[in-house]
Amino acid sequence: MLTLTIDGRQIEVKEGSTVLQAAREHEIYIPTLCDDPRLEPYGGCRLCLVQIEGVPRPVTACTTPVSEGMKVETTNEYIEGLRRTVVELILSDHPNDCMVCEKAGDCTLQELAYFYGLRENRFRGERRQYAKRDANPFIERDMEKCILCGKCVRVCEEVQGVSAIEIAYRGFNAKVCPPFEKDLDCEFCGQCVSVCPTGALMGKLSLGKGRQKDIKKVDTVCPYCGCGCNLTLHVARNEVIRVSSSPETLNEGWLCVKGRFGFKFISSPERLNTPLIRKNGRFEEVSWQEALDHVAERLGGIRDRYGPDAIAGLSSARCTNEENYLFQKFFRAAVGTNNVDHCARY
Amino acid sequence: MENSTILIKVCMGTGGIAAGGTEVISAFEKELQAEGISAAVEKHCSVHKVGCRGFCARDVLVDVLIDGEKTTYEYIKPDMVSRIVKEHILQGEAVQEWVVKDDYRTFHEKQRKVVLSDCGEVDPEDIGSYMERGGYDALRKVLTSMTPEETIEVIKSSGLRGRGGAGFPTGLKWEFARRAPGDTKYLICNADEGDPGAFMDRSIIEGNPHSVIEGMVIGAFSMGAHRGYVYIRAEYPLAVERLRLALEQARKKGLLGEHIAGTEFSFDIKIKLGAGAFVCGEETALIASIEGKRGMPRAKPPFPAQKGLWGKPTVINNVETLANIPYIVRNGAGWFAQFGTERSKGTKVFALTGKIKNSGLIEVPLGIRLHEIVHDIGGGIEGDRKLKAVQTGGPSGGCIPAEMIEIPVDYESLAEAGSIVGSGGMVVMDETDCMVNIAKYFLEFTQAESCGKCVPCRIGTKRLLEILTRITDGRGRPGDIELLESLSNDVRAASLCGLGQTAPNPVLSTLRYFKAEYEAHVHEKRCPAGVCKNLLTYTILEEFCTGCTMCARVCPANAIVGERKTPHRIIQDICIKCGACFETCKFKAIKKG
Ligand SMILES: Cc1cc2nc3c(=O)[nH]c(=O)nc-3n(C[C@H](O)[C@H](O)[C@H](O)COP(=O)(O)O)c2cc1C
Ligand code: SF4
Ligand code: SF4
Ligand code: SF4
Repeated sequence: MLTLTIDGRQIEVKEGSTVLQAAREHEIYIPTLCDDPRLEPYGGCRLCLVQIEGVPRPVTACTTPVSEGMKVETTNEYIEGLRRTVVELILSDHPNDCMVCEKAGDCTLQELAYFYGLRENRFRGERRQYAKRDANPFIERDMEKCILCGKCVRVCEEVQGVSAIEIAYRGFNAKVCPPFEKDLDCEFCGQCVSVCPTGALMGKLSLGKGRQKDIKKVDTVCPYCGCGCNLTLHVARNEVIRVSSSPETLNEGWLCVKGRFGFKFISSPERLNTPLIRKNGRFEEVSWQEALDHVAERLGGIRDRYGPDAIAGLSSARCTNEENYLFQKFFRAAVGTNNVDHCARY
Repeated sequence: MENSTILIKVCMGTGGIAAGGTEVISAFEKELQAEGISAAVEKHCSVHKVGCRGFCARDVLVDVLIDGEKTTYEYIKPDMVSRIVKEHILQGEAVQEWVVKDDYRTFHEKQRKVVLSDCGEVDPEDIGSYMERGGYDALRKVLTSMTPEETIEVIKSSGLRGRGGAGFPTGLKWEFARRAPGDTKYLICNADEGDPGAFMDRSIIEGNPHSVIEGMVIGAFSMGAHRGYVYIRAEYPLAVERLRLALEQARKKGLLGEHIAGTEFSFDIKIKLGAGAFVCGEETALIASIEGKRGMPRAKPPFPAQKGLWGKPTVINNVETLANIPYIVRNGAGWFAQFGTERSKGTKVFALTGKIKNSGLIEVPLGIRLHEIVHDIGGGIEGDRKLKAVQTGGPSGGCIPAEMIEIPVDYESLAEAGSIVGSGGMVVMDETDCMVNIAKYFLEFTQAESCGKCVPCRIGTKRLLEILTRITDGRGRPGDIELLESLSNDVRAASLCGLGQTAPNPVLSTLRYFKAEYEAHVHEKRCPAGVCKNLLTYTILEEFCTGCTMCARVCPANAIVGERKTPHRIIQDICIKCGACFETCKFKAIKKG
């Protein structure tokens, strides 16, 4: 453990922590746009600049390791002036169309503009404008809103291991894009969408489906596989319009394409709500009791006539461990066959 | 001249080749082969290509050495060769009218050549020619009779500081890397040279690549590295080619590779071509680029000496820094330290350009007065106009105004004056240069070369450029000067790497010394130097105009009206401010301003 002073408060932190981690552990607020504790430090947005006694220039808290006896000042007129300039510069190259932006209400940039009371902008000038729309099926990429925090690029490389996107071009024209600016063609895990601090990356399925304030959040577990990732369903007007996952969950907020974007079946008119039995060539709705009786009768019949090995059971990765245990037990003990398998095996 | 030894050295740097050096060499070879001549001179006459000796404006430069006595010719074209051969080589009579003039001597008189001492003398494509002049002696000495610690000590006490811009003590850097734990360490030579108009490092590699290689091997031995890279921009094809050849020759001679000079020490060098991004000269971006990533800087610490290429301790040194090493080891730390000042030791190579009579590559002792560079070496201002300022340090540097011409050129003095030594760009400006326009020029460069990683640099330099553009376009607003100043200070303080941190320097230093010029642009919509087109008006002074009609005839926009022999008039709405009339009028009747 090391002892250092932040804003006059003496605190103890683990060796190897950064100043930002130290401050957060002790609930000292330092604004950031490009930091995500789950990703490598970047030092790009320059909002977490702090002053350290004996160091001539301000340094970024996210990249500076703590040292014994360090004296840090996280806020003063000078630092806030620099941060304000940074936010003002970002806004000078931003569409500022919060009225129609999907992200309004959940946008870190909007927060900062509010915090610094930025209505006027001293730096009004050229703004990046891109006409082309990315035609991929899942992710709306509005690069005019991108602040180049690099989080999407880092998550795609560091967490997903895909590197589907990278920063291209230089200077003011720098831009996050897939190779050769083609349409995004990747795993569509949506990790990038989940870390984007602005409205630059949004799920296409949720566009125009509801404002942040109208959303009811329901925590649940993903039904797709046995991993059991935690999901938060965003419900508007009794319809699931988006899925997110909190970084504090077991899955650290990361999901796959199915968990993140595969939710449209919930409100599909084709979805089965009751068991069906084919009677006279047509499916008819029946009760669970009738359906289970029907299955038991047929399975029993087959076993009696052809022996238990005429029956095989195939289970799904969408079942939990417990369900799969019961399934094989049922086949081995109740049906009496070892013909039991699981989709994840092939 | 039958029994004399005759050496002909033709400048074949990039400048020499552009001026026709290749053709001049072949002309010499052809003439010397010619009947009657070859028999007379054959055995003891040879023609060599040599690298740049600095005075590129006079290329092709040719040295003729007869028994060691040197005559230098300037502006040599292939068709002049036959006369030189006939009169000088065969009869011993130099062709006086083509021999360099007095200014060639004054150009060199105040220079002190260490790094460049063999440039223009040795054949860069022949290792033997370098070795004849003592090349690789230093390496042998280090490998056979010194420990790494002793070598580091020599470099430390020589006072050598990095020539790549930051001026960090080289010996100290090596020591950090030596002390860093681990067996795998790297040494990288930074030959990215991205400053516009800079050609110091290129000339060193083109003129004497072995000095860099020798310096690298000594450095690698000192820090304990076994692998090295030269990161060089692909736009330097000649330098790359000569370097490649030099590496091969050094390997063949056992001076590079396994068991160097028969000792236990092994070290080899790879060339890595850069794609010509200014930011890739920044050390962490350079490392990312070698690793195959996008060249973007990262925050330090960790410093490369702790965690560099592939996560291993790494030293990055500039070309000129490394090229100094063999000479320091050969001649001793004390010899090197005699040049320069208390804290800035040795010499520095500068690319002297701009409105100066003798432009070219120069090497001077640090601490030399700027005045001596401009007036003695440079020969003063072109067209005998008035000196206005000297820009040093390229896009990261600043302007030294004419009033400060006595300033010593060293790290501390230039920093105090708001500029830097930098990598060695030196642009001389006269009264016809507009300082706002100069600042704009450099900002155009830095904002286009910003890597885009951090906000203050990516957007801040763009906004600085926009403000400068509107000021020079005559659309400057009240408050713009203050805005420039405050944004410059913020970009400088808040940017991640050296590019953004120094990008506002050209603005801040011109604001410091030439604020009145900014004010004239913004408040009076006037460009005192007469450079910014939108702020210019050409008017005809009736009292001087004779009505000769010359101006009306040259005006491409037909903006000038008037009867013959009566005063003419410029219609301002039509005038495109090209200045053709101003240049043409014989009676000084046209006023620019
Ligand atoms: C934007 C930028 C560009 C740079 N370009 C170069 C360059 O072209 N060549 C160079 O030697 N150093 C360059 N540097 C400095 C290097 O980062 C590094 O300090 C230097 O190569 C160290 O070598 P030295 O100690 O021998 O000077 C640059 C720095 C910055 C911030
Ligand atoms: S959806 Fe996943 S794979 Fe595709 S770009 Fe985003 S993070 Fe990378
Ligand atoms: S798209 Fe979003 S996450 Fe990616 S760089 Fe831009 S703002 Fe950051
Ligand atoms: S200062 Fe400029 S060049 Fe350096 S990291 Fe920031 S954006 Fe890139």
